[in-house]
Amino acid sequence: MTIALETRNLEKSFGGLRVTRDLSLKVMQGARHALIGPNGAGKTTVINQLTGVLTPNSGRILLEDHDITGLSVHRRVLRGLSRTFQINQLYADLTPLETIGLAVSERMGRGGDWWRRMGTRADVNAEIAELLSRFHLLDVMTELTSTLPYGKQRLLEIAVAIAAKPRVLLLDEPAAGVPESERHDILAAVAALPRDVTVLLIEHDMDLVFSFADRISVLVNGGLLTEGAPDEVARDPQVRAVYLGEAADA
Amino acid sequence: MTAPSDVSSHAMASARWRISEVAFWVLALGCAFLFPSRYLIMTDIVRLGLFALSLDLILGYAGIVSLGHAAFFGVGAYAAGLLALHGIINEPVIALVAAGLVAAVLGFLTSFLVIRGVDLTRLMVTLGIALLLEALAERFSDITGGTDGLQGIEMQPILGLFAFDMFGRTGLFYSLVVLFILFLLARRVVHSPFGLSLRAIKNNPLRAAAIGVPVNRRLIAIYTLAAFYAGIAGALFTQTTALASLDVFSFERSADLMLVLVIGGTGYLYGGLIGAVVFKMLQELFQSITPQYWLFWIGLVLVVIVMVGRARIHRFVLFVPNLIIRQLAGRKAAVAVPESDAS
Repeated sequence: MTIALETRNLEKSFGGLRVTRDLSLKVMQGARHALIGPNGAGKTTVINQLTGVLTPNSGRILLEDHDITGLSVHRRVLRGLSRTFQINQLYADLTPLETIGLAVSERMGRGGDWWRRMGTRADVNAEIAELLSRFHLLDVMTELTSTLPYGKQRLLEIAVAIAAKPRVLLLDEPAAGVPESERHDILAAVAALPRDVTVLLIEHDMDLVFSFADRISVLVNGGLLTEGAPDEVARDPQVRAVYLGEAADA
Repeated sequence: MTAPSDVSSHAMASARWRISEVAFWVLALGCAFLFPSRYLIMTDIVRLGLFALSLDLILGYAGIVSLGHAAFFGVGAYAAGLLALHGIINEPVIALVAAGLVAAVLGFLTSFLVIRGVDLTRLMVTLGIALLLEALAERFSDITGGTDGLQGIEMQPILGLFAFDMFGRTGLFYSLVVLFILFLLARRVVHSPFGLSLRAIKNNPLRAAAIGVPVNRRLIAIYTLAAFYAGIAGALFTQTTALASLDVFSFERSADLMLVLVIGGTGYLYGGLIGAVVFKMLQELFQSITPQYWLFWIGLVLVVIVMVGRARIHRFVLFVPNLIIRQLAGRKAAVAVPESDAS
């Protein structure tokens, strides 16, 4: 099996605080890999280094065996590494149609076209329509994102990430804050992600993790505590003590 | 309707010409014919409108604030003046484009300073660049004429056909045509994928990068284009007044421009044009009432606009026109209301 995404001895400190400690992760091609850990374990910092928002102090990041440690955020996206955000990072003043249209245009290398109007490329339109309908957004496509219900925004968040046609997708707490009534759509959308897309899921919600992941890495204090199949991790006494125990108390 | 064609028509909807837009330009042209005694002030408004359109491109679409936009206006003004004065390029239209390009080069070079940092940094950097240029223009007085400005500029006929007249008639129509052409170009640009990516950057640069938008490259491109527009506005100033003096770089010019956009609103292209009309008319009105204290009233108007909210004022002002259009057109029609407000 090939490795889709890998970190080697990743280190990141903020001042004297080591938030990522010698982290070596391997995410296999086509995997449903989950990265879990208690609050403050450094999960978001890891994501930010993977996507290029933060630069690690040392260590390397490899996407399909290419070193991407020094690449800028948008270049990693064009290489096939896309993400969703934990807190919605959408464009409040744009509609879902525009948001997805832009993502599709950028992936096709058409984002810099300044003479062509939106909506005049049939291939772009077809893809936008497909994504909007797959994520149940057709009926709200001309409404401003800021006015959409939270669940729809979460769906749009995932749809935008998918619009970049990633080979590796980082899902940062996709169901966080979504009301119970709208959860089903999100979970269905996550479950229906194409199998050839490798997914790294960062999640707090244990039900979602154990129903979705085929492999779990546990992050504690910035370092890897353990890693394995879901049932192994669930049985691991260290994990129960550090993470699940704490979650049960909370 | 199938989904893709539905998507296509909705995606193109924002770029479609509205009745109100056509009405706006017909009205502008009508004014040019109806008030022959007011050519100079109308030229002034057109120029200011073009200048404000330039700022709207970076502020309203890309979210770049600037307190030094006069830098490009001034460079365009002096470039046009020097080209005409030394007979380097005599034909005004070619000289106009050349002056715009000079400003664009300056815009490109300074964009690298501006795209870094946040709003406050940008305000200071843009302001600094304008002050710097003003000082340079004063220092190199053998080229710029120093505090006296460039004197003795004589403009050749436009395209060799239309001579500038003492009433400013040619100047006005010339300015209007330039404004309209550049407006069409701007309209094209903001409704393109490129324009959409600017709005995405303005909304959320982090997310824009995360879907593959090369944020810095796009900001450099629009900043350079805006500098070109401002340079053209400055060149128009020199060409229509046969003057270029140090005040083309002045801080007041940059600041007035912000006021124009505060009055007219940003991000729908007409804000700068409507703002320019209102600003100049208010200026005229207040100056005729209290020549000394007109700034007081401008200040008051600004405070009211910001406190009451532009959207509410627009709705109020446009209530009757909207009603008429809705009756005639029989559908939900939008008059000059910002897009965020119209939908």
